Amino acid sequence: MATMTLYPDDERLSATERAVFDLYAVSAVVLFVLMMLIGLLMRTAQGNWMSIPPDLFYQLLSMHGTGMVGTMGMITTAVMWFFLRKYVKLHLWAFVANFVLFLFGALCIIGAIFVGNYGALWTFLYPLPVALAKTWSNGAAAWFLLGYLLIGVGMLLFYLDAALGLIGRFGNLGRALGLQWLLSGDIDPDHPKTVVASTMVIIANVLGILAGAVVLVLSLVSAANPEITFNALVMKNLTYWFGHMYINATIYMAVIALYELLPRYTGRPYPITRPFLWSWAASCVFVIVVFPHHLLMDYAQPRWVSIIGQVVSHGAGFPVFLVTTWGVLTNIHRSGMRWTMPSRLMVLAMFGWAAGIVPAMLDGTIAINRVMHNTQWVPGHFHFYLLLGVLPMTLALLYHVIGSREQTTLDSSADRVGFPLYLLGGLIFTFAFLDAGRMSVARRMATHLPEWRGTDQVGTIGALLLVLAMLYFAMRIAIGLLRVKPDAGPRHAAR
Amino acid sequence: MVYQDVVWAVSLAGMSLITLGFLYVIVHVGRPADASAVRDIQRRSSRWRLVLFVVLLIGFFAASYATLHRFPIPAQNATLGAQQVVRAVGRQWSWQLAVEGQPPGNPLRLVTGSPVEFHVTSADVNHGFAIYAPDGRVAIQTQAMPGFDNKVLYTFTVPGHYKVMCLEYCGVGHAPMATEFEVTGATGG
Repeated sequence: MATMTLYPDDERLSATERAVFDLYAVSAVVLFVLMMLIGLLMRTAQGNWMSIPPDLFYQLLSMHGTGMVGTMGMITTAVMWFFLRKYVKLHLWAFVANFVLFLFGALCIIGAIFVGNYGALWTFLYPLPVALAKTWSNGAAAWFLLGYLLIGVGMLLFYLDAALGLIGRFGNLGRALGLQWLLSGDIDPDHPKTVVASTMVIIANVLGILAGAVVLVLSLVSAANPEITFNALVMKNLTYWFGHMYINATIYMAVIALYELLPRYTGRPYPITRPFLWSWAASCVFVIVVFPHHLLMDYAQPRWVSIIGQVVSHGAGFPVFLVTTWGVLTNIHRSGMRWTMPSRLMVLAMFGWAAGIVPAMLDGTIAINRVMHNTQWVPGHFHFYLLLGVLPMTLALLYHVIGSREQTTLDSSADRVGFPLYLLGGLIFTFAFLDAGRMSVARRMATHLPEWRGTDQVGTIGALLLVLAMLYFAMRIAIGLLRVKPDAGPRHAAR
Repeated sequence: MVYQDVVWAVSLAGMSLITLGFLYVIVHVGRPADASAVRDIQRRSSRWRLVLFVVLLIGFFAASYATLHRFPIPAQNATLGAQQVVRAVGRQWSWQLAVEGQPPGNPLRLVTGSPVEFHVTSADVNHGFAIYAPDGRVAIQTQAMPGFDNKVLYTFTVPGHYKVMCLEYCGVGHAPMATEFEVTGATGG
């Protein structure tokens, strides 16, 4: 069972661990601000309030997508590391290697985009990024792919180290996932939810990263010798298998913060249960097989594959609604929890995840996908659960860590302005996308039709509010993490 | 009601229900429960979760049946037998539409009330073949992929000016990659 002490001793960081964790955290919040600024620029251009040439727009879109997903992957890995190291032996070198390879990978990607003019987006679809008419060279495409490979290798190293740690303590990944208690037996109340979630992420995302590696290597082969070609539909399946699991892994890594921290802020135990174990076992299968919902408009796919895409998309809502959301709300209800930044962010995060998957599940319906696919409905739902779900989960942990180092309460006047600004900006921004999806506004277009610009302009205002709030959060977190001396210890009372 | 508006309404309804659930809990956070009240909350929570599970399960099966019993995508390996057949080829960055049996380049004219079979492919990279109705909404779409022939079966009900736009990113000329065609009433109107 997770500890009820707000700042337990086994979460203390050594000086080296603290330096590495701070590096992850500060890099992440800075990158989030920069990527949001790029997003703001693109929305401003779509709303016709400024002009960006199409080639530059698609470079910015490539940077925004890759940067956001990569940063989300990087910081949620830090969330998983922060808590999992309490339960199994993790080697710091693997955590450091993940960051170093992320950094080198990011440099390759930034160079490919802004020096080599790469503009095929983060989920490029074969024969892009190496085929035919394009504004970048095969060399730039190769640098971009190399960047992905480095980031993927870093994450694999971290996962393999974590897998060894889990197997070392629990015997195998099945037992770490709690499969032995699915049907019968007394569940060990001390079996950590963090271990269950981490195991699921490792199983799913290792598969996803390997699928991505296959696409990357084949694309590199194609870049080196354009005469060699591959089946475009198979490549697309592999691309989305990778992309879907990578971004979903960030949700499942980030939610660990919620499982660990929420009971400490509510002061109410949040025990592990059989429905919880069922939900994670099911989610493990769902996240691996659900990716065909990205290919519902590929009519050449076998029919049964598309049906799996739809049915599993809908089924994936069960664990989120019935176990995590319901469990969180029950834990909070009449708990007397004080509203500080970590608690606010956790409640927002759970709301963002739960509400955001409603339009996503609808989009996973084949009949609906026929009119919603690749409209702005899609960025509408994924921004909803990433911006208002996953990002607040990670910010909650970072605020919590500041709390463990500072004397102050995490509820300053600036916090009380920053939080609603973020919420308001996020709602305006995401609903502008969803409403645009309703009106069939296409996604990923540098220029928009005049009749589409109304929602673009509303979205731009939302994006501006978001950037301002995130800028404040980033400064608050960076200063909060870096200014307190390493020997500062836990301060606060439990609530 | 336009299909997209129905999806929007259903989505808003679902999101509103979730919002209400959160607001209910948030409003009650400041009234801490004692130990026996907590046990009561947990008992009621388990009961209501079971109710929600049953409701969602019924909804799941009903939605699956309603949306899949007549599969929304036509059989790709069978002859669809439509009277009007159009071949659509996407390439960076233009569309070529031609009625089967006629040379490309002739203006495309289709009629309402009779199914049209679109055979969609690409000469280079992935494209998205989306037909925009005169009201500016997507009527139907599929992917245009190199090496594959995706068959779309669609019956136009509203005469007017239709537009084909690319909905899959395909390079720097993606946004303006569009073409148009006319659909007239079955009696010529």
